[in-house]
Amino acid sequence: MIFIDLFLTFFKIGLFTFGGGYAMLPLIQSEVISHNWMGMQELIDFIAVSESTPGPFAVNISTYVGTETGGFIGAVCSTLGVVLPSFIIILIVANFFEKFKKNKIIEGCMSGLKPAVIGLIASAVLSVGKTVFFADGVNAEVFKTPVLYISLGTFLLMSVLAFKKIHPILIICLSAIIGIAAGYLI
Amino acid sequence: MKNNTAKQTKLNQIFTVFLSFFKIGAFTFGGGYAMIPLIQKEICEKHNWITDEDILDIIAIAESTPGPIAINAATFVGFKICGFWGALFATLGVVLPSFTIIILIAYILREFQHIKVVQYAFNGIRAGVLALIVRALYSMYKQCPKNLISYVIAALSFIAAAIIGINVLFVILGCAIIGLTVSLINSGRFKQ
Repeated sequence: MIFIDLFLTFFKIGLFTFGGGYAMLPLIQSEVISHNWMGMQELIDFIAVSESTPGPFAVNISTYVGTETGGFIGAVCSTLGVVLPSFIIILIVANFFEKFKKNKIIEGCMSGLKPAVIGLIASAVLSVGKTVFFADGVNAEVFKTPVLYISLGTFLLMSVLAFKKIHPILIICLSAIIGIAAGYLI
Repeated sequence: MKNNTAKQTKLNQIFTVFLSFFKIGAFTFGGGYAMIPLIQKEICEKHNWITDEDILDIIAIAESTPGPIAINAATFVGFKICGFWGALFATLGVVLPSFTIIILIAYILREFQHIKVVQYAFNGIRAGVLALIVRALYSMYKQCPKNLISYVIAALSFIAAAIIGINVLFVILGCAIIGLTVSLINSGRFKQ
């Protein structure tokens, strides 16, 4: 049953995500793609959409995957799934926060989770990079067309802008313009 | 009569909590930490519901519990202001704007994604998104404690996920266990 599957999968994603923003990307990637709910390219496109619309990435992606696979009820199930673990855990923690704050076990787990997320995001960079630059696989043909070099140039330029703290929405708009220009000129 | 007015104030307060978080959800782009200044403005300065010090607690708690930071923060603040119902309506408020907008966008995307201009645009956008993820990786690296064990764990989780292809859930659990073990050993040594 798709609704239960959506709820459980996003419950799992909500339960095992630590840290904000893209920390949950590797988990979402593996769960959503192994269920065949979304392709890698579609996922990357949706990251752009999510950056340009309000609200947390986790809620945006769960609502989107839910809508695409199970319509409105699907969206309700997956969003409820991603929100519920946080909601329950925070309600518990809020009641004995002082004890929680100085808990050695939680501190210890976090000291392993912080670097783990870095390794996981680095692996997401690798798989996203492969999709961006080598969507049709790595072969000699790819290196002969300008498409690869335009993507590479766009990526480098946008990286410089991103590190200069240019707003993500502006970066998405600029890269869209480059994409459109390149599409019509080549 | 007195009881009735007390109930009325509580209902009013819950409704205001809902509206405030609806506003926060509707105006936070990128989610997570981007939300904190908005909470500060709306909840601390305007309504005086919590103090600036509470904000630090909220960040600490949101970072050390699972789930998206926006949801964690909304639930925690809502609970502090008026208990369970405050938590429920704060969370509902922060989720509802995204939920509504994304359902609309899903339909729009389906209609437009076959148009040539849109496809070209996304060809460019994908390279931009990669840059944004690399930037996010860098800021997470900056926040992470810099010691040998951290580097080893980061390298292990990268190898496990990217090269061996171990399920991400197991990687997360494994790294938590390694972190816990190392810190328990360290604190044991410290006591002696």
